[in-house]
Amino acid sequence: MKASVLQKPKAFYDKFERKGGSQLETTHYCPGCGHGILHKLIAEALADFDMADRTILISPVGCSVFAYYYFDTGNIQVAHGRAPAVATGLKRVHHNGIVISYQGDGDLAAIGGDEILQAANRGENITVFFVNNAIYGMTGGQMAPTTLVGQKTTTSPYGRKPENEGYPIRMSEIIATLEAPVYVERTALIDFKTINRTKRAVRKALQNQIENKGFSFIEVLSPCPTGWKMTPPDSQKWIEQNMIPYFPLKVFKDISDSATPFTYTDRTYSDSEVLNILGLSQLGERKKVDQSFLENFPTQNMKIAGFGGQGVLSAGVVMAACAMNENLEVSWIPSYGPEMRGGTANCSVILSHHRIGSPLTTNPNVLIVMNTPSLDAFEDDVVKDGLIIVNSSIVDREVKRKDVDVIYIPLTEIASRLGVVAAANMVCLGAYLEYTKIMDYKLLYDTIPIALKKKSLIDLNIKAVDEGVKYIREHYPRS
Amino acid sequence: MPQEIIEVAFELPSMEVVSYLCKGCGLCVTHCPQKCIEFSDQFNELGYKYAQYKGEGCTGCGICFYCCPEPGAIKVYKKVRE
Repeated sequence: MKASVLQKPKAFYDKFERKGGSQLETTHYCPGCGHGILHKLIAEALADFDMADRTILISPVGCSVFAYYYFDTGNIQVAHGRAPAVATGLKRVHHNGIVISYQGDGDLAAIGGDEILQAANRGENITVFFVNNAIYGMTGGQMAPTTLVGQKTTTSPYGRKPENEGYPIRMSEIIATLEAPVYVERTALIDFKTINRTKRAVRKALQNQIENKGFSFIEVLSPCPTGWKMTPPDSQKWIEQNMIPYFPLKVFKDISDSATPFTYTDRTYSDSEVLNILGLSQLGERKKVDQSFLENFPTQNMKIAGFGGQGVLSAGVVMAACAMNENLEVSWIPSYGPEMRGGTANCSVILSHHRIGSPLTTNPNVLIVMNTPSLDAFEDDVVKDGLIIVNSSIVDREVKRKDVDVIYIPLTEIASRLGVVAAANMVCLGAYLEYTKIMDYKLLYDTIPIALKKKSLIDLNIKAVDEGVKYIREHYPRS
Repeated sequence: MPQEIIEVAFELPSMEVVSYLCKGCGLCVTHCPQKCIEFSDQFNELGYKYAQYKGEGCTGCGICFYCCPEPGAIKVYKKVRE
């Protein structure tokens, strides 16, 4: 006899590698868990639509974190609550892909509450499946935003009290108030009738995306027998008796038929356009590697510190970019307060022939201080025989350390004579390179145009470098 | 959905619980309208008393398949008109 077989949909992998051993065909879900049912409905729809190869399924943090072991689709597992944000990026790049965000209530309604609202509000052309089981299942049954009033969890052992924990959040209702979503429905997985309703909702939500209609959101009330400490059949009854009265099953919004479909245009950028956007159009070929220069290069652990606005951070950027041009390994990390001007700022810069581990310089061998508080803060950190460059225009004391090399240079005065006080940082770099001879100071000439946003100031900054070099030649000549 | 067609030697319609995949949740037993699924006395290798077909009564409705949370644990065989 010929029989048609209703069986595991083809959008699942044949083998589930999650558990290994002999259990290569079972999921990691507990007996009676709703995830397996919803997985089956989604996989069946993807197989029937022949869309599995075009689908990117995003797994959340939560029990369904391992969905990528089961669905034979593209898979990404993302940080807690961030699935709609990642889905947004994916869909905008792969607009022929079917992007599914699969999330639980802790993930979607708590930590990811804003991501889902913003994605829904933008009307992203994605499909979201929201599995609501009123509890944090994976971590052992803590209270979730959707936990019912009076429901006992490990973190609400006497039952959720509204006066202390507020009321359960109805996500579908909230999302349905937004203009952009095209389809919002809440269903359940408690019997064949509701499962069949869910099956239709899953298909419609996917179909909407296939037709580029926009944002679809399906909330599924799902049993968690383990977390609720009930048998699977009892947990389905519990949904019917307790969850559905508070979370009614209905279509909250459906404008699928009248929604204007998205139109996508493919936009690609040529290499020269990208360089232009980044302001790198002048960048030449990569320089030839000078092996003996690299091998003899003394690692520079630099700390450049001063007031915000003194060009402390950009001095670091220029120095790092300059060394990078010479094929050195470099790092740059800024540290500053919220003030754009007047606060303290410093940056750690490392230039080395070797690969760099931590980019922080806690014990610099080069300290550049543009003001007194910076000298006070970092003087003691400098390694023995290190170099301290002091902006003597502003710093009103001498360096106390006797075991370090010190240069005093009136950086601000020199820069102000050139007409721009903010060029003190470039005077400093010129002086630094001329004094240490670790690199030819003229290499800065190539870097300044790349690092400087105001192109009109390029010549002046190059002049500032020359002034720094000149000062060192006059006051700290090396015989 | 477009279902696979195979040749079988048993009576149709019918259903099958793949015993080593069953976690014994009992949802198929609860929801089968014909009450033609029961728990076995045996434990499977996962340690559960798995569900099994009583051997008669199946109408091929597929409800057990959709109520079962385990993707591969239930197969339902329907008669194909030739």
